[in-house]
Amino acid sequence: MAGRAQRMPKSLRITSSAFVILWFILAAFPFVWTVWGSFKVELDFFSIADWTNAITGERTEAVYGSPFTLTGYAGAWIQEEFWRNVLNTGIVCFFVVTISLTIGTLGGYALSRSSYNYTFWLLITALIFRAMPPITLVAGYLLPFFEWNVWGILPTTIIVLVAINQPFTLWMLHSFFKNIPSELDESAKVDGCNQFQAFRRVIIPVMWPGVITTGLFSFLLAYNDFAVGAMLLSESNRTMVPAIAAFLGTTQTEGNVMFAVAAVVSATVPLFILVMFFQRQIVGGLTAGAVKG
Amino acid sequence: MRHKTFFWFFLPTGLAMLLFIALPIVSVLIQSIFAPHPAVLVEVENCTPLVGCTTETTIDQEATAALRAKQPLGRFVGLDIYFDRGHVAIQEVGKIWTNFEGWGPFFSELGDLPFYRAMAFTLTFVAVVTPLTIVLGLMIALAINSLHRHLKGLMIFFSLLPMIVTPLIGSLILFWMVDSRGVIGSALVALAGDPNFSLKASTGLMWVALMVYGVWHAAPFAFVVFYAGLQTLPADQLEAAQIDGATRWQQVKYVIVPHLMPLVTFVALIQLMDNFKVFEPIVGFNAAAHAQSLSSFIYNDLGGETRQLSSASATSVITIIGVAILLSPVLVRTWRDFKGSR
Repeated sequence: MAGRAQRMPKSLRITSSAFVILWFILAAFPFVWTVWGSFKVELDFFSIADWTNAITGERTEAVYGSPFTLTGYAGAWIQEEFWRNVLNTGIVCFFVVTISLTIGTLGGYALSRSSYNYTFWLLITALIFRAMPPITLVAGYLLPFFEWNVWGILPTTIIVLVAINQPFTLWMLHSFFKNIPSELDESAKVDGCNQFQAFRRVIIPVMWPGVITTGLFSFLLAYNDFAVGAMLLSESNRTMVPAIAAFLGTTQTEGNVMFAVAAVVSATVPLFILVMFFQRQIVGGLTAGAVKG
Repeated sequence: MRHKTFFWFFLPTGLAMLLFIALPIVSVLIQSIFAPHPAVLVEVENCTPLVGCTTETTIDQEATAALRAKQPLGRFVGLDIYFDRGHVAIQEVGKIWTNFEGWGPFFSELGDLPFYRAMAFTLTFVAVVTPLTIVLGLMIALAINSLHRHLKGLMIFFSLLPMIVTPLIGSLILFWMVDSRGVIGSALVALAGDPNFSLKASTGLMWVALMVYGVWHAAPFAFVVFYAGLQTLPADQLEAAQIDGATRWQQVKYVIVPHLMPLVTFVALIQLMDNFKVFEPIVGFNAAAHAQSLSSFIYNDLGGETRQLSSASATSVITIIGVAILLSPVLVRTWRDFKGSR
């Protein structure tokens, strides 16, 4: 592949490398900076006097005798009980992923094996639902949920997030199942299985790569949700992201901004690990839709 | 698959979407044409000997509660909420139109109406961020594709971070840096030579910052899709172009970009949908005073002590209509694909 003609001239190679480095800094530096700053006091993190303080931690050293301090984390996790929000996010994510994959695989499989006109209309409806901002639906939830006394609790939010998740899950799994040849389940039906048995014995064993990728994106949707959680959960049941937004609203006293910084870093760590282990699946999932159009 | 089998397979997911997406839309529609009952007022005349009579207006709690119980939806107002000052503002726009003095003042006066401000920001955001995302994504893909094999994986890992991070968290991280006390903010102050220079004080700069966040957040998606496309680029086409003496720029323009064109359309569509939803950065940047999007407009109506359901519902309906208009070209295309693939 790397013939002489393919090799880049020197000037272009330098420009290209410089651009990659610039992008690398743009993408990674904000995270590095915030993680580093989360171990400092506020006067260092927001250092108006001298920006190098944010790196050396001069004020932090003056207060705590060391350039690193865990006060931000202690304040967020212990004083503000951020661990409750983490636990809530864990519960919400677990159930949203499990439920939406279970009902999504059934639906996606059915859509991929049917070619009537209503299949198309269902997919189109799902596309419109996917494009709607979730917050447009919230006004419709509030009155009934107050009326039935289910506002503010986790199960309500889980069901709502599952439903909001379905359009995307259906589209993704639909295209994955399209790639599994229908001869597989057809031949199982010839051998005497009904449709569900064919699905269980033939399709389920081969569907896992697609399901895992879809599950990753369902997880991200539930984890990253702000609009639904902020509107439908009571204060004690808040998930991480609305809780961080609430930190900023209420904690104006000095030092408490660092609680939010520490909470932000804590909430980013799982995502970081997720990308580390599932990079291939995430890239595959993003491009799967593109290949199918 | 037979209709009956299809029905049972699709039932759970269909039910979820029906109950928690389709019905809420209906409920939003209904709420948007009803307004809450005003409190029932009664005038009570208090007469005290020697002092005289005073009339006092008080809220008749009982009658108000009875009225609310009788018609829980509120009173029917038709399209009034859509046309009031907080939304399409027919009267105000009419007034501005009759005093028409050129397009400049017309648009600036229109921009004083909250709904039009939100609409203007949302559409500007979509129109600016979408093309910039595509261009930046393509540049990153081309640059990273020419790297050494071992570096590629590492670069893809770091490139994914801005996209995968929770939007609210990502915008907070950037906001803390561009804050006038943050590292980029203080650098900007030094560059501008004005100690009072602040992003938070200027509407224009705030819009720019929000759009920079938008591109930063979305470029990795475009990059990944284009990068995957580059892997399927037929080598012989590129070789043929080289033999014909095409420069590197000509190769990009006439071979690579046409090959990636279907992917550009795909990224553009996804970005149109996602940028139209723009919401979290406005909360994260605390920018509500300078910029509102349609979503944050609804959020502000719903939040706080008084939940203005009718107003939020009307904006929601208008937003959903906007989404449908935005998507109509896609729908036509999908229909053709569906007909073709059958």
